[in-house]
Amino acid sequence: MTGSAGLTRATLLKDLRLEWRSKDATNAMLFFALLVVVIFSFSFDPTAEESRRIAGGLIWVAFLFASVVALNQTWARELRNQVLDAYRVSPAPANSLFLAKVWGNFLFVSGLEALMTPLFVVFYNLRALGPGYQLLIVAGLGTWALVVNGTFFAAISLRTRSREIMLPLLLFPISIPALLAMVEATSAILTGEYSAKFWIVLLVTYDLVFTMASLFFFELVLHAE
Amino acid sequence: MLVETAPSPIPPVVTVTNLVKQFGRFAALRGVTAEFQPARLYAILGDNGAGKTTLLRSLAGLSLPTRGSLSVLGATNPREVCAQIGYMAHPSLLYDEMSGMENLCYFARLYGIDDPERSRSLIRWAKLDPQLERPIGQYSQGMRQRVSLARALLNDPKLLLLDEPFSNVDAGSAREMVRLLTELRARGRTIFVVTHQASLLEDAADEFVWMAEGQIVNRTPSLLAAEVR
Repeated sequence: MTGSAGLTRATLLKDLRLEWRSKDATNAMLFFALLVVVIFSFSFDPTAEESRRIAGGLIWVAFLFASVVALNQTWARELRNQVLDAYRVSPAPANSLFLAKVWGNFLFVSGLEALMTPLFVVFYNLRALGPGYQLLIVAGLGTWALVVNGTFFAAISLRTRSREIMLPLLLFPISIPALLAMVEATSAILTGEYSAKFWIVLLVTYDLVFTMASLFFFELVLHAE
Repeated sequence: MLVETAPSPIPPVVTVTNLVKQFGRFAALRGVTAEFQPARLYAILGDNGAGKTTLLRSLAGLSLPTRGSLSVLGATNPREVCAQIGYMAHPSLLYDEMSGMENLCYFARLYGIDDPERSRSLIRWAKLDPQLERPIGQYSQGMRQRVSLARALLNDPKLLLLDEPFSNVDAGSAREMVRLLTELRARGRTIFVVTHQASLLEDAADEFVWMAEGQIVNRTPSLLAAEVR
């Protein structure tokens, strides 16, 4: 594997290795997501039918909050010792770095979802009445929507003073269409009352538009002073 | 301020013309004009805030000039020739959690170098052991600086920009680094060293470039010459 793809792979492997050694993002994200699930379970005591209606919202809000913890860590290692400057003075394409970070966050957040979903199923006694396989599609598309924007806005907020606050302020408003689609699609699949196709198409469109926009502007963000 | 130098038939490797860099209302560089010849070691000296690091970052393409122009290895935008520039900053630009060899292998990929032999030979050149598995965070400052220098040399650059390479380094390690730099200069590399420890370069540097308040105020062939003037 050569060129941009090889560099993306090398950067992704480097990030996974660093995370494996430090577990900075994983520990914080897991602990936070677990807290959210437990707090939600104490706050609500819904029937099985009500659970199916509200679970889409609960699940995605929990994942959104937990993913912000991971996304805030995205560039933390590059900030230490100003490692990003080593990237900026090299001829390496900016998008290789960006895509590696997006894939890294996608893997972290997907792993979190895989661990937390069974807990949601148990706590809320969930069972899909619609086509269950579509939940995997919604999870993949929804996670990509969160991490592609999150990685991009985390890079922008690097140059702000209170970057950990800045990320959610930038990310949440722009994620509203995607979040709406994720929640509606998940609810549609769990209740089986209507088709999730429209919301899935909306998610695909959202992912394409924001991935292209992020790739287009990332070089500018990376080399900004 | 233009500081006169003897005309040379060899085209300069770096030319800066009336270079101004402002951060808000503060001018870090105030109209720097100078030429620098290839295969020479320049020591950039001056007090804190004199503009040394800003000049170096401008040459590396990390800082865009507010006004004026510069030419580095024939390009007006240093980013166009970044594959031929090596940059070592005051911070290490290394990942603390990875070993020296892991760091070099990763950064080599940024320059399209897949063969780990390049990283291995540079680690040995810097008098370190490629087998050392300790993360950089546990290295001594001297070892870290030498790995940092090795990182800047991964692409075998024609122009080497070093910002405070001897800071927090013991005398022995600093002398070793100076020896490595003179070796590079002898191989035709142009080297800029920003430092507060000018005496370390007394015998090695070809020229001492003195900066104050964002300008080059003097250029001398030796430290002694500066004292006499």
